[in-house]
Amino acid sequence: MSRISQCAARAAAEGRGLLIPYLVAGDPDFETSLEIMHELVRQGADMIELGVPFSDPSSDGPAIQRGAERALAGGASLDGVLELAANFRASDTQTPIVLMGYLNPIEIMGYAEFTERCARADVDGVLVVDMPPAEAGDLPALLSGREIDRIFLVSPTTTAARAKEIIEYTSGYLYYASLKGVTGAALEDRESVAENIARIRGWTALPLVIGFGIRDVETALAMSELGDGIIIGSALVERIGQLPGAAGRKAGQISETVALIGAVRQTLDARQGTGKHDS
Amino acid sequence: MPDTDTDFSGPDETGHFGPYGGMFVGETLIRAVTELAQAYAELSSNREFWKGFDADLADYVGRPSPIYLAERLSDACNGARIWLKREDLNHTGAHKVNNTIGQALLARHMGKTRLIAETGAGQHGVASATVAARLGLQCRVYMGAEDIVRQTPNVYRMKLLGAEVVSVDSGSRTLKDAMNEALRDWATNVDDTYYIIGTVAGPHPYPQMVRDFQSVIGREARSQMLERTGALPEALVACVGGGSNAIGLFHPFLADSDVAMYGVEAAGLGLETPDHAAPLCAGRPGVLHGNRTYLMTDEHGQILDTHSISAGLDYPGVGPEHSWLKDLKRVQYVGATDAEALEAFHRLTRLEGIIPALESSHALAWATRLAAGMNGEQNILVNLSGRGDKDIEAVARLEGADYGSISGPG
Repeated sequence: MSRISQCAARAAAEGRGLLIPYLVAGDPDFETSLEIMHELVRQGADMIELGVPFSDPSSDGPAIQRGAERALAGGASLDGVLELAANFRASDTQTPIVLMGYLNPIEIMGYAEFTERCARADVDGVLVVDMPPAEAGDLPALLSGREIDRIFLVSPTTTAARAKEIIEYTSGYLYYASLKGVTGAALEDRESVAENIARIRGWTALPLVIGFGIRDVETALAMSELGDGIIIGSALVERIGQLPGAAGRKAGQISETVALIGAVRQTLDARQGTGKHDS
Repeated sequence: MPDTDTDFSGPDETGHFGPYGGMFVGETLIRAVTELAQAYAELSSNREFWKGFDADLADYVGRPSPIYLAERLSDACNGARIWLKREDLNHTGAHKVNNTIGQALLARHMGKTRLIAETGAGQHGVASATVAARLGLQCRVYMGAEDIVRQTPNVYRMKLLGAEVVSVDSGSRTLKDAMNEALRDWATNVDDTYYIIGTVAGPHPYPQMVRDFQSVIGREARSQMLERTGALPEALVACVGGGSNAIGLFHPFLADSDVAMYGVEAAGLGLETPDHAAPLCAGRPGVLHGNRTYLMTDEHGQILDTHSISAGLDYPGVGPEHSWLKDLKRVQYVGATDAEALEAFHRLTRLEGIIPALESSHALAWATRLAAGMNGEQNILVNLSGRGDKDIEAVARLEGADYGSISGPG
């Protein structure tokens, strides 16, 4: 069983929602990202989505775009992200790491080389935003051969037939993008999220993790009760954007920056057992 | 109706031209592009649709556009005869309107009430705003902040036509960033919004659909050349940014193996420098904006900033069919620098009384070079894809001339 599946199974057994923060790797620099990752775990993150910065993030809203720009300005690249993952793994052997990004950096590195380097860095899962399963070539098979989970997205506009096809390709967890639009937009229609999640549950036993538009404790709680877990990205990346670089930083500043994650964890835990896992 | 050929009949049903093309978009856009592909497949097999398209092109755009023998330009080259396909005479001043007419008919057929578009030089933005006004649709155009400065007259034209022009400040603040922003808009407003892509790039079905609409250029040109010269031309020349005017001219000639084809990319300050926009000449295959194609990308897979004197060619990718035609060696892709394009701009203006767009000036620059090595019995057909009115302010600024003074550039 993969590290992601074990982590999800453990949370399910405890009746606890998965909390998965997303940060842009290398924003503003890799040293800071590493500190943030460890702090996220201390505050209760179950897994971490590590955004691979790309120059043209056309599925992302302004917060993550700016995060990527900051990271690239600091010299970040896919090589650096893989190194960051390996450095994190050197002192945390428990927390799953998922790389989330766009295809071109992987395409230029080469699928086989990318897979080998993910395996060496002990990365647990890969989500490529602009690579639908039909265009994935041999990447899923390569990843699968090294027991790296293949995470795909479904969205409110995904048809039933297509969702079932995506599920066939997916392992680890299924990412439900909870709104039409880009990351970080306002989540409006909770009822349709509930309906869609219920429908998808009929087709798969994969953990369902909800992301896109979760900005505060209250939304986090509501979404966590619908799915098996939540992803918080833009709201965190905005806060990281306020951080000074390592040199100008005061003690405790990173902990304050990611305090939203701690607050969400506490709220989720306080409601432990009152969610859908009871029923 | 678009003609096809056994050897060059791409794309396949999922939008691939050999290894290029495809549908590389986020899941939120998959349904939109799938529905669009279905709607286009349906409509494009309907004869009535093409009749309506042809009627609009005749009455509203002013087609067929003539071919014109540029005698003084040919004499100056002392070689082949240079013919111009006069897309600059179209309504709105460029080939772009052929495509927006077609896509607007499709948008209306699909019941969409809002059009969005990206634009570089502003020609596609103007052509989109134009069809939106004509059909009573809302229109928003995304344009890079840098391009807004370079192409002021077109910005005002779009506003006059009732479109909202949104300045894009992210990334390199040019065409690619405008396209990112339009994709975000589309993902957000997918129910009522139709995204008119202005070139043969983007996810399937855009490269095929835009090519089909633009192929009217090559179909007309083919019969016009036969009528005027009794033969096909020895060579076709067109500029390539995304590549819509080039594919429109080339496609109906692909099976004519005696016709050489040259796609001219923007070599900027030179192909040996980093400051150009020539992915086919100096890039490598990658994935951007929904398709796999030749790109300007660094060794880490980040998209490089491009440079061209011409906003319409200042794009790091190119239509996937061009990538395929390059690999098949059916079309030769070459570059013309900023300086060469500017020289060709003045040359055509002075010798023929036609002010070409800076984009088309790249094609002219290559064609004059090509002509000099050929003989007077041979013919070259250049796609004069747009007129240069939009560029005169930028040219004046570049050359330090006093725009508005009667002394002029001398």
